[in-house]
Amino acid sequence: MTDYGPGIVVRKPFAEAARKALRDSQLRRNLGKATSHIRRKRGEVVHELPDWQELREAGRAIKERTLRHLDHHLLTLEASVTRAGGTVHWARDGAEAALIIGDVLAKHDAREVIKIKSLTSDEIGLNSALSTRGIKAYETDLAEVIVQLGGDTASHIVVPAVHRNRAEIREIFKRNMADTADLSDRPADLTAAARRYLRQKFLTVPYAISGANFGVAETGSIVIFESEGNGRMCLTLPRVLITVMGIEKVVPTWRDMEVFLQTLPRSSTAERMNPYNSVWSGIKAGEGPEEFHLVLLDNRRTEVLADALARETLQCIRCAACLNVCPVYERTGGHAYGSTYPGPIGAILTPQLNDPGPAETLPWASSLCGACYEVCPVKINIPRILVHLRGKVVRRRRQTLAGKLSPESVAMATMARVFDNPRLYEWSQRAAAIGQIPFLHGGVIDRLPGPLAGWTAMRDLAPVPKQSFRAWWRERKQGTGRP
Amino acid sequence: MRIALFIACFNDTLFPDTGRAVVKVLERLGHEVEFPMAQTCCGQMHYNSGYQDETVPLLRRFVDVFEDAEAVVCPSSSCVNTVRGNYARIAAGLGDAELARRVDRLVPKVFEFAEFLVKKLGIDDVGAYYPHRVTYHPTCNSLRSLQVGDAASRLLQNVKGLELIELPDAAECCGFGGTFAVKNADTSIAMMTDKIRAIRTTKAEICTALDNSCLMHIGGGLSRERSGIRAVHLAEILAATEEEAPR
Repeated sequence: MTDYGPGIVVRKPFAEAARKALRDSQLRRNLGKATSHIRRKRGEVVHELPDWQELREAGRAIKERTLRHLDHHLLTLEASVTRAGGTVHWARDGAEAALIIGDVLAKHDAREVIKIKSLTSDEIGLNSALSTRGIKAYETDLAEVIVQLGGDTASHIVVPAVHRNRAEIREIFKRNMADTADLSDRPADLTAAARRYLRQKFLTVPYAISGANFGVAETGSIVIFESEGNGRMCLTLPRVLITVMGIEKVVPTWRDMEVFLQTLPRSSTAERMNPYNSVWSGIKAGEGPEEFHLVLLDNRRTEVLADALARETLQCIRCAACLNVCPVYERTGGHAYGSTYPGPIGAILTPQLNDPGPAETLPWASSLCGACYEVCPVKINIPRILVHLRGKVVRRRRQTLAGKLSPESVAMATMARVFDNPRLYEWSQRAAAIGQIPFLHGGVIDRLPGPLAGWTAMRDLAPVPKQSFRAWWRERKQGTGRP
Repeated sequence: MRIALFIACFNDTLFPDTGRAVVKVLERLGHEVEFPMAQTCCGQMHYNSGYQDETVPLLRRFVDVFEDAEAVVCPSSSCVNTVRGNYARIAAGLGDAELARRVDRLVPKVFEFAEFLVKKLGIDDVGAYYPHRVTYHPTCNSLRSLQVGDAASRLLQNVKGLELIELPDAAECCGFGGTFAVKNADTSIAMMTDKIRAIRTTKAEICTALDNSCLMHIGGGLSRERSGIRAVHLAEILAATEEEAPR
């Protein structure tokens, strides 16, 4: 079980992981180029819709209403899927979901399984869990193939291999695919090589695993949007199909899909419509899979739901628009977040699915610039939730004496006392003007100690002026004799 | 109009020139400015850093000090956003209905300086003279939270002698972000570097904005690079006249 690593377990504090990524100027250039390209394209297709803001509001309202009665809609979904000949399983956490999926495959003596790109399966570390039972999972989304064959992890929700360039992809393919000795790095040649590799899997492996963009409760239908058609292969050729779906992905009716069919493609791949929109409801004799299993995954989603100030997190439809506009993501890339869910949505989702530890640094991985909230097609107020989660982390840390007495905690408490006492506050202003003298060089402060050293690494600090505004005001008032 | 000035602790301590400039502009327009000495800080730093319990007494102080004002003007959009965007929710969270009512009455009277001039007073020419090439960085709080729109640009366009140069990728965050600038200093600096590169392409002498916090960060980088470009709050530009040039 050594390699069993669920995708949301963060191992390093964000600042430390980001430092490494920031040093990689090639990565920064690649990402800057990729994200600005998709940003521009998204802007174009969004501006075509005069009712974009109404669609955002409708998407938010549908998700909010659904989450309010989540239990009801999930039971409806279960009944509909069962009626249509599928089997529904409930998984409390990732380990339980992996066990259920492994058991279904083991019953068929499956040694191999093909996969549609699925964040939820990454979240629970499904590939590693299956490999411990001797089942090899093959990714079939082109970018996921690049990630899997490169022994790598995804760095973006929609474009998992955004951190790789053509030359790197060629090397990965040459090492892992047959008859690729003379492979060029032209995109057409690379996709042709991937196609040869994948076709062989599609035609020989009769078991498949998918995630779900949506689960429509009224008909028990699972919906997948994709661009390549490889997902369609996985959905139609195998005999057994298993879908793992987070419980927040349910929508009550087909009418609700009208909104998301417009907002998701535009927000994710900047397309008016995805090239492949697959829908299936249970099984049908003589057509597609003979056996269908739906695994409904909690994995702390009900805990997120219980937090009234954070439950909006569950409205997410995984479009990654927030990643593409985020100035932090654009510079650090996705790996710095250490999770299946990077970027702004990851900064709020990952810590809520995690134990206390390095994941708790993620709510601070933001300048609160608000660009994410502005583009979110379901209006998740990410900056507000980031601040709420910061508060939860601070309160938890302060429950211990060490946390309460940490330099930051003491400094914040002291400053709050100073700010609540105008005399003490004014005295502190004067003290700062005097206390800064040892740090002044040539009229600026260019080197500070301790935690403030980060400021002066690349930034000067202007000195504190001798006279504060309030001191000037008092002088002026006395000078003019006004009361 | 009798206008209460909320200077914000940051400006009070580090950028008193901005406060003096706000007073000058408002008085020049014929308004009376008062400065309640009991004011200190809106609580933004504590709130955004997760020290939300510490914000509560500062919120109460702000309400006590300013609730009777006709209008409250503050030359910091992030502080105005703390009041406008968060106070009602904080008060509601405390379960103090009376405080929540007082907050609801006060919040609509609190304005960011440029927003106050253009949207509340309907003025976009304050009779200023500032013979410099200037580029304007719309800070995230003024742009996305308060949505002040073109208020600052309109004011700048009407300043005599001023050449306003458009900033490329203007809407992108400068990387300040409060404690983010220290806790994630490397990422913050990477963002600042790109912002400074954009500013330098404009060949402006001055970069202006509605928040001295962002300007301190941008200006700190410009100073370290010995760029010769200065970061100056919009109020200080608007305060300058032909008779009285800025320092």
